[in-house]
Parts: sequence; C-alpha cells; structure tokens
Amino acid sequence: MDFSTSFGLFAPELLLTASGLALLLVAAWGGDRLARLNAILAASALFAAGFLLVPGLHSGVDGLDTYAFGTLMKVDSFALFAKAMIYLAAIGCLVVSPAFFNSKAAGSERGMRAEYPVLVLFAVLGMSIMVSASDLITLYLGLELNSLAAYVLASILRQDQRSAEAGLKYFVLGALASGILLYGMSLLYGFSGTTDFGMLRAVFAGPLGTGQLFGLIFVLAGLAFKISAVPFHMWTPDVYEGAPTPVTAFFSTAPKVAAVALTARIVFEVFGGQVVAWQQIVMFTALASIVFGALGAIGQENLKRLLAYSSINNIGFILLGLAVANAAGASAMLVYLFIYVAMSLGSFVGLLMLRGDDGELFETFADIRGLAVTRPGIAWSLLLLMFSLAGIPPLLGFYSKFVVFQATVEAGLVAFAAIAIAASVIGAFYYIKFVKVMFFDEPVGVVTGKSGMAHWVVLVLTVAIISPLGYLLTPSLTDLADKAAAALFILN
Amino acid sequence: MDGFPILTTMMLVPLVGAILCLFVGGKNDETGGGAARGVALVATLVTFALGILLWANFDIGGAQWQFTERADLFAGFSYAVGIDGIALMLIMLSVFLMPICVLASWEAIRKRVGEYMAAFLFMETLMIGTFAAQDLFLFYVFFEAGLIPMYLIIGVWGGDNRIYASYKFFLYTLLGSVLMLIAMFWMVAEAGTSDIPTLMQYDFPIGAQSWLWFAFFASFAVKIPMWPFHTWLPDAHVQAPTAGSVILAGVLLKLGGYGFLRFSLPMFPEASAQFAWFVLALSMIAVVYTSLVALVQQDMKKLIAYSSVAHMAIVMVGLFAFNVQGLEGAMILMLSHGLVSGALFLCVGVIYDRLHTREISRYGGISNNMPYYAIFFLLFTMASIGLPGTSGFVGEFLALAGIYRVSTLAALVCTTGIILGAAYMLYLYRRVAFGLQTNDDAAAMPDITAREWVMLAPVAAAVLWMGVYPESFIAPMRADIAALDAQLAAAAPAGDSNLVVGSPREEIANAMPYEGEGDH
Repeated sequence: MDFSTSFGLFAPELLLTASGLALLLVAAWGGDRLARLNAILAASALFAAGFLLVPGLHSGVDGLDTYAFGTLMKVDSFALFAKAMIYLAAIGCLVVSPAFFNSKAAGSERGMRAEYPVLVLFAVLGMSIMVSASDLITLYLGLELNSLAAYVLASILRQDQRSAEAGLKYFVLGALASGILLYGMSLLYGFSGTTDFGMLRAVFAGPLGTGQLFGLIFVLAGLAFKISAVPFHMWTPDVYEGAPTPVTAFFSTAPKVAAVALTARIVFEVFGGQVVAWQQIVMFTALASIVFGALGAIGQENLKRLLAYSSINNIGFILLGLAVANAAGASAMLVYLFIYVAMSLGSFVGLLMLRGDDGELFETFADIRGLAVTRPGIAWSLLLLMFSLAGIPPLLGFYSKFVVFQATVEAGLVAFAAIAIAASVIGAFYYIKFVKVMFFDEPVGVVTGKSGMAHWVVLVLTVAIISPLGYLLTPSLTDLADKAAAALFILN
Repeated sequence: MDGFPILTTMMLVPLVGAILCLFVGGKNDETGGGAARGVALVATLVTFALGILLWANFDIGGAQWQFTERADLFAGFSYAVGIDGIALMLIMLSVFLMPICVLASWEAIRKRVGEYMAAFLFMETLMIGTFAAQDLFLFYVFFEAGLIPMYLIIGVWGGDNRIYASYKFFLYTLLGSVLMLIAMFWMVAEAGTSDIPTLMQYDFPIGAQSWLWFAFFASFAVKIPMWPFHTWLPDAHVQAPTAGSVILAGVLLKLGGYGFLRFSLPMFPEASAQFAWFVLALSMIAVVYTSLVALVQQDMKKLIAYSSVAHMAIVMVGLFAFNVQGLEGAMILMLSHGLVSGALFLCVGVIYDRLHTREISRYGGISNNMPYYAIFFLLFTMASIGLPGTSGFVGEFLALAGIYRVSTLAALVCTTGIILGAAYMLYLYRRVAFGLQTNDDAAAMPDITAREWVMLAPVAAAVLWMGVYPESFIAPMRADIAALDAQLAAAAPAGDSNLVVGSPREEIANAMPYEGEGDH
C-alpha cells in the first residue's frame, strides 16, 4: 500500500482540508465582507469533493483495496454513500444560511460571519473522516473535529443568549459523551491491545468478557449521545431550539448521518460476530426513541423543539434497521437516512421561510395559524413534509418506513416490528397537528415576509424528492444502499 | 381497447384535474372558484365516461383479470393494476358518485374552492387505484393515502367540531392499517411475491393465518366499520361537508368490505372460517345496537351514519356466510348502500343548504313546500329500508338468505335490523317531511333546483335499475364470486339449517279430491 494510493482514496478530505484552510485565510484578510463569497466557495468545494465520490459510488468498492494509510481508514461504498449524504446536506444548509444571517432574525449581529462557512467545512471534514474510520484513533479524531466545529456553530450568534446557551449545553454534554466514548474505547483497547477494527474483531471472536462488554456498552452510550437516541437525547431539544435555524438544520442532518454511519460500522465491523451482545441494546434504544420522541413532541409549542423530538423519533426508526443486524437492515437504514435528510432539511428550510415584514423569524404554532391562506406555497410544502415525516403514503417518507419494517419482518422480528409501528401512530398525532394549525385554524397573517430564491430552491428540491415522484428514485437509491451495505458486511 | 392503459388514464385524469384546480383556484374564491368547479366537473365527467367505456369493454365470462398493466417503476413493489368484476363494480360506483359530489359542493363550498376540488379529485384517483391495484403494497399505498385528502376535507370544510372529528378519523384509521402492513411484509416474505392474484392462490400456513387474519381485520374492521370500532364514523360523517359524507359512506366504507372480499377471505380461508362466529357475533350486536341508537338521534346525519353501520354489518354477515348468495348479496348491498346512503346524505345536504341545521325538529311538513324533494327522499328512504323494487331489497335478501344457511340465529337477529331500519327511517321521514309545518323558515324553503335534480335523478334511476334488474350488476361479478366460493368451499363452516331441496308434489297443494262426475 503506497502513499499515493492512500492519498487518492483520501482525495475528498484533502480537498476539503485545503479549501478550508484557504477560506480561513480569505476570512482572516477579507473579513465579513467576503462572507457570502466564502459560503459560495465552501459550497463549491463540497460539491467538488462530492463529485470525487461518484466513480466509487457508481461501481461499488469494498475489500482490501479500500484501506488507506495502513488500516487507519476504509473508504468503501458505505463510507462513500454516507459522505455523499453529508456533503449534500451541508451544501443545502450553506445555501440557506446567508439570507438568515442577513435578516433581523440574526439579532444585533446582522450579517454572516466569514468563519461560518469555514466552520461548516471543518465539521464536514470531521464527519467525512468519521464515516471512513477503521481505527479507534481515526474515529475519535474525526468525531472531535466535527464536534469542536459544531460547538462553535451552535453559539455563532454571540449576542444572542439562547444561541450561547445552546452552544454551552452542547459543549458540556458533548464533552461528557466524548468522555464516555473514550472510556469505552480505552476498555476495548485494554482488553485487546489494539485499536484497529479488524484486529479488534479477531480478538473478540469468542464470547465477550465482562470488561469487553463494558467497553461495548460505553462506546454505544457515547455514540447514542451523538445520534441523540433515547435515553441520551435530553440535550437535543434545547440545542435545536437555541441554535440559529440554519445551524439546527445542519445539526439534524449531516452529523446524524455521520454518527449513525459510525455506529453501524462499529457494531458490524468490530462486533459483527457478537450480534447478541448489542442487538438488545439497539432494539431497546430504537423503541424508546420512537416512543419518547413521539410523546415528547406532543406538548411542544415551539416548532424547532417539535422538530427536535421528531428527529429523535426518526432516529428510532433508523436504529430499527440497525437492530435487524443484517445487510438488508443496513441497506434499509441507509435509504431511511437519505429520505430523512431530505425531509429534515426541507422542514427546517420551511421554518426559515416563516418570517415577518422586517425579517424576524416565527417559530411557534401560534404564528403559523392559517398559513394555508396567507402563504399557500409554504403551507402546502410543509404539509407534504409533515405527512411524509409521519410516514403516510404516497409520500416518500412512507417508503423509508416501508424498507425498514420490511427488513425487520423478514429477519423474523415480527412482534418487535408490530410494537414499533403501533408506536409510530403516536408520532402521527403531532405531525397532523402541524397540518391542522396551518390549514384548519383561522389565519393570523403574521407571516408576510418574502423569502429569497435560495430558500425556495432548497424547499422545492426537497419537496420534489419526498413527493410521489421520489419513488422513481427508489431503484437507484436501493442499488446504491445495497452496495454500501454489502461493503459493510464483507467480513461476515 | 387492446393496449390502451385505460385504468392508468382513469387515475391520471382526476390527478391532473386536481393539480389544475390547485392552480386555477388561486387565492381569490370569487374568480378562481368558478374555474376550479368547472375543471373538477369536467375531470370527473371524463373519468365517468372512461368508466362507462371500461364497463362496456369488460369481457363478462372472460379472463378473471382484465385491463392489466404492469411496470416495474419502484424498488420493492411494482406498479401493477387490473380489475375483475368485483373491482369493476366498485370503480363504477366511485366514478358515478364523483360528479354528483362536485355538483353537491357547487354552492355549499365558498371558501378555498380550488383546494377543496383538488382534494376530491385526488381522492378519486386514490379510490380507483385502491380497487385496481394488483400489487399488495400498491394497494396499501392507495388505501392509506386516502387519509390525507379526507383529513383535509373534514378539517377545513367541516362543521363546528371538525378538528376533533378529523383527528379521530385519521388516527383511528391509521392505527388500524399499520398492523396490516406488518402482516403484508410477512406474507410477501413467505410467498416471495407481492402480486395479489398469486397471493390469492397461495396457501398460507394455518398457524400463521390466525394472526394475519387479525392484522387485516384490524384495518378493515375499522374502515367498514364494525361495532365496536365504529365510533369514528358518526363523528366524521356529521362534521364532514355533504360531499365528504357521500364519499365516506358511498365509497370509503366499501374499502373495508372490498378488503375482506379480496384479502381476508381468499388468502386466509381457514382463519376466516375459524373466526366467522366472532364476525357474526359482532355483526349481530351491531345491527341491533346501532339501529336502536339511530332511532333516538336528533341529528339527521348522525342517524344516517348509524344506519350505515347497521347496513355494513349485514354486508359482513353476507361475506362470512361462505356461500354464493351471501357473497353476491354482500356485494350488491355494498353497491346499493353506496348509492342509497350517498343519496340520503345528498338529501340532507339539500335542506341543510337552505336552513343550515341538521336538527330534525327544525324541519317538519316540508312535503308541502318541497314535493319533488319529498318524492326523492321517500324513494331513498324506502331503498334504505329494503323495499322490493329498490336496490336495498336485492342485497339484503341475498345476504340474509346466504347467512340463513349457516346460522339461523344470525339470520333471525339480522332480519330484525330490517324492521328496526324501517322504524328509524320512517320515523325520520315522518318528522322531516310530514306533519304540521311548525317552523316558518322550514315551510318557506323552495323546492329543489335544476342542479339538485341533476344530482338526485341519476342516483334514483340507478337505485331502481339495481332493484328491478340486478342481473346487470351481478353478471360481471358472477364468475369471480363463484371462483371465490369454490376456494372457500373446503373451509366453509357447517351450517345449522341443513336445507334440503324437496321433491315437488304430484298435484297442486290445494287440489280438490276428484270423485267423479255425478257429484255436481
């Protein structure tokens, strides 16, 4: 394995690093005047990095050829698929950001800061490393690079108390999660003497000892924090509510993909031979996330908090695919992730478009009463997104639940699937409440502001994906997800 | 007709109409509303014309599945449509009622007309799709998607308590159907295909049939609805706008019956036979209980809603009689109930538009000032009771004759439903149309307009046609029902009537003994 091959596999990350550093210089010398240019350049860099993924995604890569830098990284189809989703989500968030920061919603600090796109780039770089990690050290490096950038992003509005609070909470709880994760990793290392995924797997071939089991549990708990799965979800509503809305849109999409992909890699590649040890944990977390995500959302008045609970709820369904513990389940999980990213991004962009005359943002139920009369375009888009999130056909959100539950039933977990799907009905309640407020209530007419082109483009794109037209995407999406899942199971 | 994708066209026409309505409706109901109404009427009439073409080209006695189309557009399931005689008749019912619904909403709906018509047209696409789907998951997509337009129709254009009713309708129905989805996954994994005609021939293991049957039952029993899962229905009916009630009673309830006929009975015959007593027991309670409840209602729509539950219970006993009479009776009763209850809701809508109340006591003696209306209302009342010569008689008679061969008790109890039906319907009619005109405003109501004539007359004609010459409607379904009956024969429970065809007597029964010529 020579260095040039490794660098070839590492090309997207290299590109992101180089452009991140270059843009940092632009930000330092150009100041906030060039923030918009920075955002455009960052989005282009992400697009270019995404373009580099296409050949591998198309043909499907797995096996030994995908290891880079010894066995530190594994750039297989699975990593490529996750990266593609992360880059797309990040581009979407970057596109809608400038308009938000230039409006009154940004409070006393009008105008986007030039380092904002740079931070997004570095966060994406961290995620990119996370999903292709094949060693505990690489994993932690990527995770922390992502987290550190994310803490700053959450509190980017320095004068805004809620934003600062969100950043602090995110930092404290994120650091706690990292600590738990590190402790678990140290246990794994201590009981095996290696940090390499392949070696760890070989060492853990027999029955798990108590120490190893503790290591596994701590690692899973740390990761559950990152994907905000119940019972480690408490930070999510607060951080989502406090962070600026484009940042929240970012948090609910790209880092989720990265953390879920990382979790899948750990459980399948390191503990692929120990399914019994983690399957029950994941099953419990999945069910608990579905139920508590749904119950927690019912009483919410703030739409961002509501969507935070909705993301917890969705993580439950994603983990359902993981709990199946076979390639079909992993593929279903990836399909779900893709559709979830589209729905989540679309919903947050929809929220971003709810603004008054002078640009102040609206984010409670009381503000969107009768939106269907005052702003039918936004209201109908949100209606489709909400029904899609609730999993009602013919919207694509149904297909995401369809594949996950199909995989669950085919693996013989019928009772588990029945309980989970019955719990999903609880979730439907608050999604249709959203629709009720927009369509059935008398209009209040506070949402009057015009939205920029960028918002409309992202909203229309995501709505087109989740509309019934999206079903035409499913054959190719399934094909890509199958290849990615197969790469994950090459050792099994 | 070879090769022309008529079923897809029938689904696309209302879909395109729906999208058009959304855009021409615009923000201004004054200017956009008229255009939306026009688009909706044209779209539904074109679909109805296509439906007639479909019926005319349906080869009675030909292949079981006709007009089949197939395209592998999606991963996991395919776009496969096709119809047999049963689906044909239910599609005809849907496309027949839709233009009438548009007419019924012509003046009653004044706000957000474009969105309203779009919801209805989208609903029509989904109804046709549900009956035509030949892929299990495609069926589920169409079946479940109907929740969205119906939720909006009840919630936006409904009565005072519309929010509660729309939530209840949505969540109740959703909870019922998600369990069915799990059962579908299991079936497809077991049989290796999601093709409905293949699945209908597949023998599922007897042990699994029980829970599969209950999973499907959860969905269809809520939809049809059976006692005690019916509580969403009176709320939804009462709060929905007139046309919403017509579609709800006319077509959506039939989805439940269709589900039993298409899935539960042919796919799980043993489980169906095993739980037939359960269905019969619930139906017997439903017939008597809901009829008694209907008797004390003060709200016209609620009364008709409860009568729907009672009639659908008779459909259920017909289905679970496991013989040709019962199945044919259930189908005819479903078609008849679709027309009759739809027409009754239209009749309520006609006077509701004039007086804006559904209180029975606010009317009285309106046969004096609205004689034509009274005639139509009387006809549909009689059809609901099951008077010979109307469609209701044919269906109820066949269904009850079918169940008599299986359970004398069920036949006895369900027949009291007809007597009770006569009681509550005639009582309703007397209070609304006859008697003294105590309310001045009710006495001043004008008789039906030309638009209302156009709405009610075709339904009346169809009711009489089905009552006098039901063969037109039974003929397309005969082969399919015979096939289903043959499939069920092995599992059919033993009847307690043990009917034996006797040998006819040599001479007529009242013949006088012949004793020779001399006696005169």
